[in-house]
Amino acid sequence: MREVFEIRWHGRGGQGAKTAALLFGDACLATGKYIQAFPEYGPERMGAPVTSFNRISSKPIRIHSGIENPDIVVVLDFTLIQQVNVCEGLDEKNGILLINTPKTPNEIREKIGFKGKIFTVDASKIAMETIGRNIPNTPMMGALVKVTKILTLEELLQDTRKKLEVKFRNRPEIIEGNLKAIERAYYEVKGD
Amino acid sequence: MGIKVVKTGNEAFAEGMRQINPDVVAAYPITPQTEIVQIFSQFVADGRVKTEFIQVESEHSAMSACIGASCAGARAMTGTSSQGLAYMWEMLYIASGLRLPIIMAVVNRALSSPINIHCDHSDTFGARDSGWIQIYSENVQETYDNLIQGVRIAEHPEVRLPCMIMTDGFILSHCLETMEMLTDEEVREFVGEPPERGNLIKAVVENKPITIGALDLQDYYFEHKRQQAEGMKNALKVIPEVGKEFGDKFGRYYGMVENYKLDDADIGVVVIGSTAGTAKEAVDKLRSRGIKAGLLKIRVFRPLPVVDIKESLKNLKVVGVMDRVEGMNAFCGPLYSEICACLYELEKRPILTNFVYGLGGRDVKVEDIELIFNELLRVLEKGVKEYTLKYIGVRE
Repeated sequence: MREVFEIRWHGRGGQGAKTAALLFGDACLATGKYIQAFPEYGPERMGAPVTSFNRISSKPIRIHSGIENPDIVVVLDFTLIQQVNVCEGLDEKNGILLINTPKTPNEIREKIGFKGKIFTVDASKIAMETIGRNIPNTPMMGALVKVTKILTLEELLQDTRKKLEVKFRNRPEIIEGNLKAIERAYYEVKGD
Repeated sequence: MGIKVVKTGNEAFAEGMRQINPDVVAAYPITPQTEIVQIFSQFVADGRVKTEFIQVESEHSAMSACIGASCAGARAMTGTSSQGLAYMWEMLYIASGLRLPIIMAVVNRALSSPINIHCDHSDTFGARDSGWIQIYSENVQETYDNLIQGVRIAEHPEVRLPCMIMTDGFILSHCLETMEMLTDEEVREFVGEPPERGNLIKAVVENKPITIGALDLQDYYFEHKRQQAEGMKNALKVIPEVGKEFGDKFGRYYGMVENYKLDDADIGVVVIGSTAGTAKEAVDKLRSRGIKAGLLKIRVFRPLPVVDIKESLKNLKVVGVMDRVEGMNAFCGPLYSEICACLYELEKRPILTNFVYGLGGRDVKVEDIELIFNELLRVLEKGVKEYTLKYIGVRE
């Protein structure tokens, strides 16, 4: 893994793009990495395009500026690609685009013309089948660790279980559903 | 020892306040400080602190309530941002004039108008002459550490002044970062019980009435202000002492300023707050190109660490002072004029230039700092400067 990994999350207000960045950052802490997670604050409206960011590093992080050239972009809502240039600042050679969609990477490439690596996973479907609601952010974390290898699947599952057990002590079905979602997305994510 | 956690600047403030467990907190929510009030009032509701939380209708009342509580002998805290701080204005001077060691967590935000919720330092720089100690933070860790040290500094019998601890709005207040949190016992032991000072409750208990805030005309006002100034002067000694004790106990040492690669530097920048971290990256980049660059971070702005500033910058040839405030004096930013004043008495002075940056939360990247260093390099080559003030990252 590179020394510093920069991630940009795209979602719509209410979909959990901010929470995804916070949860993912928190999960990386357990492995001894240094992290930053921060949302871009603008008008906060349900359904409006929002972004959030992660820096993951093996050394303490000193930079406090925005992220303009992420190593990876995660898109929680497929419909955003018509509205926002999700590839902005993403390197055409080494950049990674990870999208929540039932489409294949090839179909996405034809649509947006991005030349870097594209990965897709139907995180909404997975979330519906495991958690019972369209909350794509936890399964997307599973796909993200598969694609980036920032964490192992076991590390992510362990940490997520710990976090959810605090919040949903009396609702084991939510914990199991989320863990299943992560695991399924990890195995179902497709590259081209 | 502490444990590694991830916290935002606001969470770090709120957790620090919980561990300090003050007698009274009176605060009014304002973006980007809101979460501090939200999280802390939850601690109160959950019974995790003994604090009396006073819900007030404005920041003016928040500071007034803190003043009243502190006069009664309580350890009082509050927090605010921007317009909230501006609304406290007259009460700030009353807190410091009465020598009340109130602690305030400030999340820096630009002042209106135009209305803006993002970071610059115009709110707290406006309060620089209010008699409050001012300590700025580079990251979430420092936000937390500074708050805990602030209590000891403010309450020190030779200082006895209110103290504001700053963190950069959104950039730090809403940024989740890796930090080390101390245990509740460690914090409680470090801040200890407040040293004894005259107060209303004590006066009643001992049946020795006192007057607070009496009329003080030509006869004694000057003497009292002179004493207050002495408290600020004593803080110059107390702040590094507390910083050293904190370091001896917990491993993170704090002084008035932080020197970064200044020892053999030809050029350097002076910077406050979260941009210091970004600027350190720029210094390393220049160093890798063989350029002797360095950085001076001002941690404590009030009292002004004149000796440290002189010592740190005396051997440099060109210095760029970075202001996250527009001084509106048609000349320069406020940090620039103070750094000038510090260096004037040196026989051999560096050439000084001023850069105003990041107003209203305008992003500051490593490349922006490199641009500043390139300007300094040009001055170094020519031996003279062409301008005093340059704006960085603005459309003109």
